[in-house]
Amino acid sequence: MPNFWKFFLLLLMSAVIIAVWVMEPPQNQLGEVSRLFYFHIPAAWVTVLAYFVAMSQSVLYLRRKELLYDIKASSAAELGTLFCILATITGSIFAKITWGGFWNWDPRQTSILILLLIYGAYLALRSAVREPERRAALSSVYCIFAFPAAVFLVFVTPRVYQSLHPADSIIDTSGRIQMPAPILLTLLASLFCFSLIFIWIHRLQVAIGRDPHREGKL
Amino acid sequence: MERKPSSLVYKGWCIFSKDLKSELRNRYALNALLMFAVTTLVAVNFAVGQFGLGEKLLAALFWIVVFFSALSGLAQTFIKEEETKTVSTLKLVASPNSIYLGKLTFNIALLFTLEVVIVPLFFLLSNVGGANLLLFFGVLILASLGLAAATTLIAAIVSKAAVKGALFAALSFPILLPLLVTAIRGTELSFRGEVFMSGFSELKILLSYLVVMIVASLMLFDFVWSE
Repeated sequence: MPNFWKFFLLLLMSAVIIAVWVMEPPQNQLGEVSRLFYFHIPAAWVTVLAYFVAMSQSVLYLRRKELLYDIKASSAAELGTLFCILATITGSIFAKITWGGFWNWDPRQTSILILLLIYGAYLALRSAVREPERRAALSSVYCIFAFPAAVFLVFVTPRVYQSLHPADSIIDTSGRIQMPAPILLTLLASLFCFSLIFIWIHRLQVAIGRDPHREGKL
Repeated sequence: MERKPSSLVYKGWCIFSKDLKSELRNRYALNALLMFAVTTLVAVNFAVGQFGLGEKLLAALFWIVVFFSALSGLAQTFIKEEETKTVSTLKLVASPNSIYLGKLTFNIALLFTLEVVIVPLFFLLSNVGGANLLLFFGVLILASLGLAAATTLIAAIVSKAAVKGALFAALSFPILLPLLVTAIRGTELSFRGEVFMSGFSELKILLSYLVVMIVASLMLFDFVWSE
């Protein structure tokens, strides 16, 4: 990643962190915990983004049969697992304060848990196959095959079954943005920063994965 | 050229009857599957037998029994081909799609045989009274077809990997969860004796799940099979 972006990220992320701590907590009901919101939503967003990257790179692998796409897909899945865990933990903290328990089997919690299980299953499958080409093909197929289930769980179930989770955090069902400008701006900046961090780490991981000296150690 | 689709179905049918014949001769999957199902069912009913369970719990228990029994046996059809080293021959004689269709039909047959045993036993052991049987069988048949459609491709993946048994359950569960959630809700409605139309949305979800899984499997099976 060019240095410009790294410095930009440093400045913007610092600005976001300062803004999160300086601004008034928006919802008086939630109090201080609402500051977590600026990290919870981006983490959940990156979880889904990483899954899309893994899925699209898997499709590319099956089409072109080049291991580079497999490295990209698996790195995205590993990162997605990390952000998925972060989103689950921050969500549980929210749940403890607003709903009274860390885990309530709310449809949203269930869907993020299943996404975590899909990531876990994908990584378990990868570790169970030794030859790189076969591992790449099998895990690509699994990643694509899990996609309909993931879409159903992340985007359909929370809207069909009753959930206590805010219906849609940024844009409500009528398609309007319904939050004060400073809050929205901080959130969007945070989303942007998280996406940049994801792209940065992903590029590093792909570079490491392509290193020929590392082949034997895997 | 006009015989192409019929030859796909015909070859699928041949593979199905080949699997059926060899299964009837040595009962590779069926015996283990049936014993597993009966054992789970009895264990569950023994553990909770004295308590009058609600419809929701009964529906959940029923699907847990079906789910784990299915997972204990449905991968066998591909694992057997790998173990007896008949994969290469099969690759030569039939196209991937016909193999998928044949194996899918075999797994559906296996699952239905299993349910012929489990369902009466379940009703006998758990005292479900006044269930809407039409809705129950509607949900059961659609969900079983979906279960077989989703697990057949995963079985093919698993047969190429190490630690097959544990991996099969781990890979299947996240993908089957939408199906299980819907099937449990539909079964709960039928146990409560609700009218058929009340479970209509569940049946629609199950049907669309089935279609999505079969289409996705047909698209992807070739990549697994050629590995």
